[in-house]
Amino acid sequence: MIALLRRDLMLATRAGGGFGLGLVFFLIVVVLVPFGVGPETAILSRIAPGILWVAALLAALLSLDRIFALDHEDGSLSLLATAPIPLEAVAVVKAAAHWLTTGVPLAIAAPVLGVLLHLDPSAFGLVIVTLLLGTPALSVIGTFGAALTVGIRRGGLLLSLIVLPLYVPTLIFGAEAVRRGVGGLDPVTPLLMLGGITAGAVALLPFATAAVLRMNLR
Amino acid sequence: MSMWEYANPKRFMSWTGPVLPWAFGGAAVCLSVGLIWGFFFTPDEARQGSTVKIIYLHVPAALMAINAWIMMLVASLIWLVRRHHVSALAAKAAAPVGVAMTLIALATGAIWGQPMWGTYWAWDPRLTSFLILFLFYLGYMALWAAIDDPDTAADLTSVLCMVGSVFALLSRYAVNFWNQGLHQGASLSLDKEKNVADVFYQPLLFAIAGFVLLFFALVLLRTRTEIRTRRLRALIRREGQ
Repeated sequence: MIALLRRDLMLATRAGGGFGLGLVFFLIVVVLVPFGVGPETAILSRIAPGILWVAALLAALLSLDRIFALDHEDGSLSLLATAPIPLEAVAVVKAAAHWLTTGVPLAIAAPVLGVLLHLDPSAFGLVIVTLLLGTPALSVIGTFGAALTVGIRRGGLLLSLIVLPLYVPTLIFGAEAVRRGVGGLDPVTPLLMLGGITAGAVALLPFATAAVLRMNLR
Repeated sequence: MSMWEYANPKRFMSWTGPVLPWAFGGAAVCLSVGLIWGFFFTPDEARQGSTVKIIYLHVPAALMAINAWIMMLVASLIWLVRRHHVSALAAKAAAPVGVAMTLIALATGAIWGQPMWGTYWAWDPRLTSFLILFLFYLGYMALWAAIDDPDTAADLTSVLCMVGSVFALLSRYAVNFWNQGLHQGASLSLDKEKNVADVFYQPLLFAIAGFVLLFFALVLLRTRTEIRTRRLRALIRREGQ
């Protein structure tokens, strides 16, 4: 498992792996928003938590189709399916690699971009915490979506159509927690819910992912 | 003989053939009774005026939109457990009908909302979760359309339906948490003291029965079409070799 994780991380970070692309995309979306809604500080700081969360979600979506597609093309996915580790573990490792290469960098970069949106400085910590707590769910759900569409050529659009509705609860609780923090309310309830969704998704979805992969490899 | 025998495609075709006209006829009768009674022979409501009559389309459509998804979930489970092809095809057949019901519910709600709430759309939990349900339907249908091999498609969409159900439910409670409601609460419950007044309730029951029968008939018809398509495909493949 660790060897597979290292391999995936290496593939993602080396040239052509698209490691930086998600981050740059995140930056661009955040930069584009003020052009769209106007530069007033009050409005921007009000919508900043939501923008950061939606942008992070889209950036995570961007790299999903690479999770299994390349391995499927060159046949290493079939090798992984016959490897001594169970396919469920492969699903977990793939999701973990995706999280380490997108979720974690996004969470770290978010406060920097929060400055651009005049996000209340007291909320910086909360943004990092919610993103760190929520992005594993995004990665696991996304891995499931990627496994569903692995056999389909040009499945990228379909992938987003399937995965985005599944992201709704994560997005709601993540953004709500930050919004409550900014508004001076207690963010604990949405944080707990967010953690619950992540824990549930990480625990259960890899089984669905593995089942779907088996169906696709049959 | 067990109930599963009826799932054999050949048997399914033979018993649904005669049932189909009855289902369509029943739907037509119930819908005409419910709608004509509801539209022309019920009084206007004190505050809502005649706009209240949209209830005869809105409520049954919304009810069927949710029940169609539940039916798809059950059919998907049956497919995954027992691998009856008819159930996979029935799930596939129900999706577009469910989408239509969702759209009817959303559209009639918007038409009613404009004079009553002063807006076509509000980010109310019920409205929002219906919109999300609509997106789930679209994703489900898109996945069916994208995969060539029918068995793989049935497998994958079944899993998506199951996972989607969990997340649709989660979204339902998440949006409850996220915003306050504008939509009125349940008023047709069997266990509540205060429900819709009987004058409106009786035609509504007919309309609901009509929608249920219509859904049943449409799903049967679409399933039969799917089975025929499948047979045709098999024939073409055999001839081609």
